[in-house]
Amino acid sequence: MVPIHHYLLLGAALFTIGVVGVLTRRNIMVILMSIELMMNAVNINLIAFSSQLGHVSGQVFAIFVITVAAAEAAVGLGIVIAMFKNKETMNINEIDLMKW
Amino acid sequence: MSVEQVLFYVFGAIAVLSALSVITLKNVVHSAVALAATLLSVAGIFLTLRAEFLAGVQVIVYVGGILVLFIFVIMLISIEKSIVERQFNRQWVVALITALLLIGELGFVVWRGKDSLVVAEGTQPQASVLGVTGNTQLVGETLYGQYLLPFEIASILLLVAIVGSVALAKRKTQAE
Amino acid sequence: MNFLDLIWLIPLFPVAGFIINGLFGKRMPKSAVGTIAAGAVLISFIFAVGAVYQLAQLPEHERSHEVVVYEWINAGSAVTTGGQATRFVVNWSFLLDPLSSVMVLVVTGIGFLIHVYSNGYMWEEDGFYRFFAYLNLFMFSMLTLILGSNYLMMFIGWEGVGLCSYLLIGYYFHKKSAGDAAKKAFVVNRVGDWGLATGILLIFATFGSLDYHTVEEVIRAGVASGQYVVSQPIFIGIALALFVGACGKSAQIPLYTWLPDAMEGPTPVSALIHAATMVTAGVYMVARSNWIYQMAPEALAVVAVVGVLTALFAASIGLVQNDIKRVLAYSTVSQLGYMFLALGVGAFAAGVFHLMTHAFFKALLFLGSGSVIHALHHEQDMRKMGALKNKIPITFLTMAIGTLAIAGTPGLAGFFSKDEILWQAFSSEHGHPLLWLIAAIVAGMTSFYMFRLLFMTFYGESRVDHHTEQHIHESPKVMTVPLIVLAVGSVLAGYIGLPKWLGPNLFEHWLEPVFEPVQAVAVSAEEAAHHSVALEVGMAAVSVGIAVIGFLIAYTTYAKKSDRAERVSAQFKGMYQALLNKWYVDELYDALFVHRAKDLGRGLWRFDSRVVDGLVNETAVGTVKSAVGSGWWDRWIVDGLVRFAGGFVKTASWPIRLSETGYTQNYALVMIVGVLVLVGYVLWGTL
Repeated sequence: MVPIHHYLLLGAALFTIGVVGVLTRRNIMVILMSIELMMNAVNINLIAFSSQLGHVSGQVFAIFVITVAAAEAAVGLGIVIAMFKNKETMNINEIDLMKW
Repeated sequence: MSVEQVLFYVFGAIAVLSALSVITLKNVVHSAVALAATLLSVAGIFLTLRAEFLAGVQVIVYVGGILVLFIFVIMLISIEKSIVERQFNRQWVVALITALLLIGELGFVVWRGKDSLVVAEGTQPQASVLGVTGNTQLVGETLYGQYLLPFEIASILLLVAIVGSVALAKRKTQAE
Repeated sequence: MNFLDLIWLIPLFPVAGFIINGLFGKRMPKSAVGTIAAGAVLISFIFAVGAVYQLAQLPEHERSHEVVVYEWINAGSAVTTGGQATRFVVNWSFLLDPLSSVMVLVVTGIGFLIHVYSNGYMWEEDGFYRFFAYLNLFMFSMLTLILGSNYLMMFIGWEGVGLCSYLLIGYYFHKKSAGDAAKKAFVVNRVGDWGLATGILLIFATFGSLDYHTVEEVIRAGVASGQYVVSQPIFIGIALALFVGACGKSAQIPLYTWLPDAMEGPTPVSALIHAATMVTAGVYMVARSNWIYQMAPEALAVVAVVGVLTALFAASIGLVQNDIKRVLAYSTVSQLGYMFLALGVGAFAAGVFHLMTHAFFKALLFLGSGSVIHALHHEQDMRKMGALKNKIPITFLTMAIGTLAIAGTPGLAGFFSKDEILWQAFSSEHGHPLLWLIAAIVAGMTSFYMFRLLFMTFYGESRVDHHTEQHIHESPKVMTVPLIVLAVGSVLAGYIGLPKWLGPNLFEHWLEPVFEPVQAVAVSAEEAAHHSVALEVGMAAVSVGIAVIGFLIAYTTYAKKSDRAERVSAQFKGMYQALLNKWYVDELYDALFVHRAKDLGRGLWRFDSRVVDGLVNETAVGTVKSAVGSGWWDRWIVDGLVRFAGGFVKTASWPIRLSETGYTQNYALVMIVGVLVLVGYVLWGTL
């Protein structure tokens, strides 16, 4: 029996790795992948709690998270394609349309 | 150590290492492969938690669906240029420090609260509740029973995402 | 199917037709437009028949079915003038009782026939779809008016039919006369609507509800407890205010002038709106409010006198008109006067009975005249007609039946209803021999002008110009079949309301629950004896005799070759001119109201151009002078301040602006720092 806080620490580690990827990488594809990492970390936590509490709701929540991840990936990749067609770049720090 | 524990630590190590590869490798294709490794090992961790259905969903939807989508897009765009470019932005030092602080805080929280997370003996899950046999059935019943409305909303979300991504990707560029 | 619970659907079918035709009619083939419009009304008719049939199956005292669709207005509490607490709640609800069932059958049945007829009559017109969309909208409004179970629903329908009437009178809007007529109808109706609205407000203020049933119950309870007595001023006030509304909609003196002008609209519209249905809304409303009128005999007397005078007045004008539709229009006004006479002598059932029979034969006459006009390529002047009997035989036969019916030929519909009114005018407790006398004279005049119309149009020598004559043709089946159906109705409709000496009056019996007297009237033996059969038969004979005289005069003057018409009109030249010019009422109204309004407008304009404009001009000069001074102030002081403020903000803001880099990852970093700070803050609290 693995103690639950090991699962939580694993989740925290994966989440932080995802955060680092989002904050530091220039390539937008890697950023999207890092977001997937963060969502996976959340799923690990949800399922660990679900198992711990003997309640199936956590697993159902995980399914919703996966749904949102799929939707986010679809829209995000659509944005990537649009961006690549318009700007000929994959680098997010060359996009500053939100500047004041 | 039981088999369960061994599996957890092995999968956990693979997940962390491959996740680190995802954010450090230069070639996006390599990153994608590393992500696949992470996702598969997370699926393994789901198995150690007796969430067989979720493990299956993880493999089918994430690895089979989302990741393949990523690779499609990577193939659509040129990667040669981005390999030779600078990989990290200028705020990476600040970001790294922040992330280290974050993991420190999170780890501290979990470590400090680990005793409160232990569920008392006797309230442990019954084999019949999260048992090997009934997991998929249980998830299905909950999903289509208690969570029917959120489920429908999630399907609408997916539909909106499909329409939105098609609209985004089909849009004419300024050059056209 | 339980049609009784589905009566709320009856007005909805035409509205569906209106939406379809109004939105898409322009692109649809004409046949589809016409079929949808007529089909929608046919479905309404079927539902109405089903509902009325099921209503008739119920026991007599339960024949009142209300369907509440939803609570429409709930505007909180109020206090009546009597000091009773109440709530202003209005439901969107429908009521089917004997009175509204008569109306709904007439409106949907005759409405359907006229829709079918219009498919032929309007085929060549531009804006075919527009016509049918309006017509369906009218059906919706009219059915709401009839089936609504409270005064506010009635008011909605009332305004709706007014709007549709306006739209349809002005259907040929490129013609100035049509546009003017539409405006006239609208404005005159506004005067009446003011009365109706006042009446409705008074009803709520007095009885604390707008619901028919509730108002009736309050009145009955008030009478039983002695709170309300006959001739109380409030009843007279409400009754008169409502009657002003009825005068506007149903074209009674002094607000009748719009109806003859309304003939500018297409003929099916004249038949449907300005003869059979809409103009009878006033009659319906007075009949519906009969418990109020029963409490106000003085108002009833006003109704009767106005009704009989309108009948006489309009009939006299109708004697000499030459436009075929105008004759019918004045005839309509005159017959509406009859209905109000019946209401005014307290014979509500007789009024509604005449409303129904009149709907049949007047719709028939209008549609027939439309058929004549159609055959003659839009010629409406009877002086250019004649000898059409054999050229358009179906139109002739049906119109002859309609004429016989309206003239009161024994055995046809008009005879029974008119005779009932005449008898009631004489014998009812509110009646008076003088009322009977005038009404009988009007019957003779009716007979004369209707036969004059028939003879001038179909007999004698042809005065049609040569070119048109070659193209005279009978109308297509789609127009003649409705004529035949209406002709059959004009013959048979009277038999449901036989006079006492011939048999049971089924119609009056059917309406009895609605017109139940507020106060129980003891029928004394003396009064029973008053119902002398011999007297009633004798009076019927007199009225028939008067009608025959009218017929004979018309026959000898117009059917035979005779110069009597010219001789008589030359002999009474002043009288003739007065009649021909409609007693100069339009001119009088122009002089009294229209020109005064114009004078007022001109005066205001003069005031405007001299005083107001002068002031404005003076102000402008002053403004220019002061502007130079304020310009300097503006440039240096105000602008200076503004520039200073702007510059200050711009300079002071640059360090803040630096944070807005536009790079997503910067923002994400700040978010993570925020998470750090929040988690740290929580942790700090637990240490």
